Amino acid sequence: MIHLYKNNGYNIVMDVNSGAVHVVDDIVYDLIPLMEDDLDVSIDVLKEKTGGKYSDEDIAEAASEIKELAENGSLYTKDTYEPYVDKFTDQKVKTPVVKAMCLHIAHDCNLRCAYCFAEEGEYHGRRALMSYEVGKQALDYLIAHSGNRVNLEVDFFGGEPTMNFDVVKQLVAYGRSKEKEHNKKFRFTLTTNGVLLNDDILEFANKEMGNLVLSIDGRKEIQDKMRPTANKNVSSYDIIVPKFQKAAESRNQTNYYVRGTYTHYNTDFAEDVLHLHDLGFEQISVEPVVCDPKEPYALTEEDVPKLLEQYDYLAKEIIKRRKEGRFINFFHFMIDLEGGPCIAKRLSGCGSGSEYISVTPWGDIYPCHQFVGEEDFLLGNVYEGIKRTDIVEKFTRCNVYSKPECKECFAKFYCSGGCAANSWHSTGDINGNYKLGCDLQRKRIECAIMIKAALAEAAEEAEEKDA
Amino acid sequence: MKHVKTLNTRDYKKSLVTGGCGECQTSCQSACKTSCTVGNQSCENKNK
Repeated sequence: MIHLYKNNGYNIVMDVNSGAVHVVDDIVYDLIPLMEDDLDVSIDVLKEKTGGKYSDEDIAEAASEIKELAENGSLYTKDTYEPYVDKFTDQKVKTPVVKAMCLHIAHDCNLRCAYCFAEEGEYHGRRALMSYEVGKQALDYLIAHSGNRVNLEVDFFGGEPTMNFDVVKQLVAYGRSKEKEHNKKFRFTLTTNGVLLNDDILEFANKEMGNLVLSIDGRKEIQDKMRPTANKNVSSYDIIVPKFQKAAESRNQTNYYVRGTYTHYNTDFAEDVLHLHDLGFEQISVEPVVCDPKEPYALTEEDVPKLLEQYDYLAKEIIKRRKEGRFINFFHFMIDLEGGPCIAKRLSGCGSGSEYISVTPWGDIYPCHQFVGEEDFLLGNVYEGIKRTDIVEKFTRCNVYSKPECKECFAKFYCSGGCAANSWHSTGDINGNYKLGCDLQRKRIECAIMIKAALAEAAEEAEEKDA
Repeated sequence: MKHVKTLNTRDYKKSLVTGGCGECQTSCQSACKTSCTVGNQSCENKNK
């Protein structure tokens, strides 16, 4: 399976099943689809099918290079992984391992974000703070069910977790106290809206949190419209921006993200990304809203062409800024071609409901934070364990081969079938496809690879200059 | 090659043999929380 596309002057060929990526000239770009079924197709046929625009000599040379790629296993590679999925998933169903946990430290919030899937922290439930006892039990559950996994991830999430920060501190201390005994290493993450962020919290986060996620949507008018304070006269943007700038600098511009959501109200979201960069943030994630399509801020099919243009525009701007020596990392354009995940990971997806679970303030377990409060997805609790193993099995078996539309998609090994919650929200089935999300995901992958090609070319040019 | 520049990538087929240790980050934990991005995760298997 191959995917060919042109972006920003580059002709890119993705060999989907090997993971190889080639940047090619026009003639190879034209010939690759013509040789997919027959590597030995004659020059005459290739010449005819390309309208006679290339010479026999050029066609012969290009065809020989295509043949070489195919022979070394980096073009026209067949998908041979499907049989392995059952092997992986059977094993996971038989001996489930939990390695990541989202702890809902506070089902309460001090902002009134319009699109919050946590419904201002309440998650279709009641306002509540997690007690130390529940949190401790949750960490014990994670340790006990993590098999021989060493790295365990725990995200302190909400609502707004800084509204219950003493418990966060106690749980970090408890987790650390258990690491040696159980041969585990906790990686803690804190996601915060910044309102209560102070020196004490920042100092603690810099010592203990492997990642800090700072929620901000971008330009002041966008932030204040979608993420208002309870007092309409007080701008959340004004409160949080200086704190976030300080936090980013104190972490040496690494191991954090400023993270925003874009909606129907800011389909020109690239401006928000660039605004955040102009504010001095180098690690940026701005992502499409996920919500009921009936909401006025929901993204629509009509928005898609503009959103795709925005990603193209953003990609070009990022290349420009990077070439100027202004570092910027946009989360959704990150792609690790060389050191990325193995095929087993790419076949297993995000791990929600199997490797990854969410725990409410009172200890209920859900497949992930997006499902919290959806009673049909209540798996169990941290005291009695998971009762609904049928739901866990369904999530464990959810992958690119369980979704018919994913099988034929070039993006399948980058998104691994996408987000189960998005699928469920849009189709009522975790094995469904959230079409709008898929359209955006495909564009992001194309842009991400184009950026790699452009930066590789720039590095090569710089080397030649130096030589 | 004259017509083709190949970017350095990890060969999925080879990773069938060495992969699957499960020590890598869970996709959603890093930043997104609303979408699945697996391709940007880094492999943590030192023996890959």
